[in-house]
Amino acid sequence: MSEYTTLNYADVHVGDKLPELAIDITTGLIVGGAMATRDYEPVHHDKSAAQATGLPDVFMNILTSQGLMSRFVTDWSGPEAVIRKLDLKLGAPNLPGMVMTISGEVTDKDDSSGQVSIAVVGENNIWGMHMQGTVTIALPQEA
Amino acid sequence: MTPEEQKAFEDRIYAYVGVKVCERTAAKDAVNPAMIRHWAEAMGDTNPAYTDETWAANSRRGKTIAPPAMMYAWNQEGFTVTRGRASDPQTDMVELFNEYGFTGVLGTNVTQEYFKEVSPGDTLYLEMEIDSISERKATARGIGYFFETLATFSDQNGEKVGTQRFRVLKFIPQEQPTAATGDDKLEVPTRIPSPRGHDNGWWWQAVDEGKLLIQRCKRCQVLRHPPRPMCGECQSLEWDSIESGMEGEVISYTCLRHPAIPGYPKDPVCAVIKLAEGTNLVANIVGCDYDDVFIGMKLKGRIEQVDEKTTLPQFYPA
Ligand SMILES: [Zn+2]
Repeated sequence: MSEYTTLNYADVHVGDKLPELAIDITTGLIVGGAMATRDYEPVHHDKSAAQATGLPDVFMNILTSQGLMSRFVTDWSGPEAVIRKLDLKLGAPNLPGMVMTISGEVTDKDDSSGQVSIAVVGENNIWGMHMQGTVTIALPQEA
Repeated sequence: MTPEEQKAFEDRIYAYVGVKVCERTAAKDAVNPAMIRHWAEAMGDTNPAYTDETWAANSRRGKTIAPPAMMYAWNQEGFTVTRGRASDPQTDMVELFNEYGFTGVLGTNVTQEYFKEVSPGDTLYLEMEIDSISERKATARGIGYFFETLATFSDQNGEKVGTQRFRVLKFIPQEQPTAATGDDKLEVPTRIPSPRGHDNGWWWQAVDEGKLLIQRCKRCQVLRHPPRPMCGECQSLEWDSIESGMEGEVISYTCLRHPAIPGYPKDPVCAVIKLAEGTNLVANIVGCDYDDVFIGMKLKGRIEQVDEKTTLPQFYPA
């Protein structure tokens, strides 16, 4: 139908690794992500507000972390995948100058629902685990 | 806090369990392509299900959808938050925690479940309540309580779109955060410094100067590594050194996957390398994937600065 393809449920196996995604954390991404998710908490766009909390600079909001996690999975699965669940544990903040590397692995398949669970970890190169969790998607089941 | 004071405090706090933070309220904007595109741009998400109407018309769905991860964005208060949040039962509860010294705040978990995809033209409605408050816990951050809010999203027809559970720790900070100042640089971790003693400091000094040396017995000329005071062949304490050409081959290797060590690259390849001069050296192999390394592989080394404070011999496929 187009240049976009979506994985079939049958083609995915427990243990499959997703291609890693390295994301440069810039002030632009942090502020842009906060605005795009309508999160105007000053700590996500105002350096002095962030510094008042003890951090050296603005930090990424949760909705952007959720967005990057969902993008990471659908980049791999293709656009017909339906996201069912994003389950995140939050870790160290993402600040400008860091690089977050997201990796993932298929951990479970449920034949009756066609759902696939993917364990996802986003680690930044300075403070380590930024987010960790499970994304559940439904994939097309017919050939 | 005495047990009586704690009881009085907890009675007030637990009264918030089940309290509605907000009644079912419509988002200010209906789901729309512009806000979806702004989101997709910021996230770098090229999924055509969100932004490509032509593609979407021919897809299983027949139309574009909003990214599920945007669910909470539609109902955000928006710009007015820069001037402070309006008070609601949740902010009141947080104030009560603060009053009793539980001023620390840490979002620990957020779980979104989606039951239905939404598309431009749909309107999201949000209602939220305080779902639970834990018992008093001793956490790594300090003494505190976890509270969880449950947000429920529905569309203009009352159909349930999804839920979000957000778990937050309110705690008594062990130390007050000190406001960071001006142009504080991030503390970037560096590698563990090499131990430099009387018998091996000279070797590391040479590495700092860009040279890989090999110790040599002055009496019998046998080479040795790592550096040590006495020759194993003739027991002479007299030694000098030669400079290695840094050519070698892999004797053995492994990948250090766990634990990840701050300041080190992810999954570094560590190898025992037999140098052309004959001695063995432990160093990292860089510039190729772990899967491409094999025993007997020919290597060529370089002395490189690997972080702000550390210079090391690094080996590349020859
Ligand atoms: Zn000797």
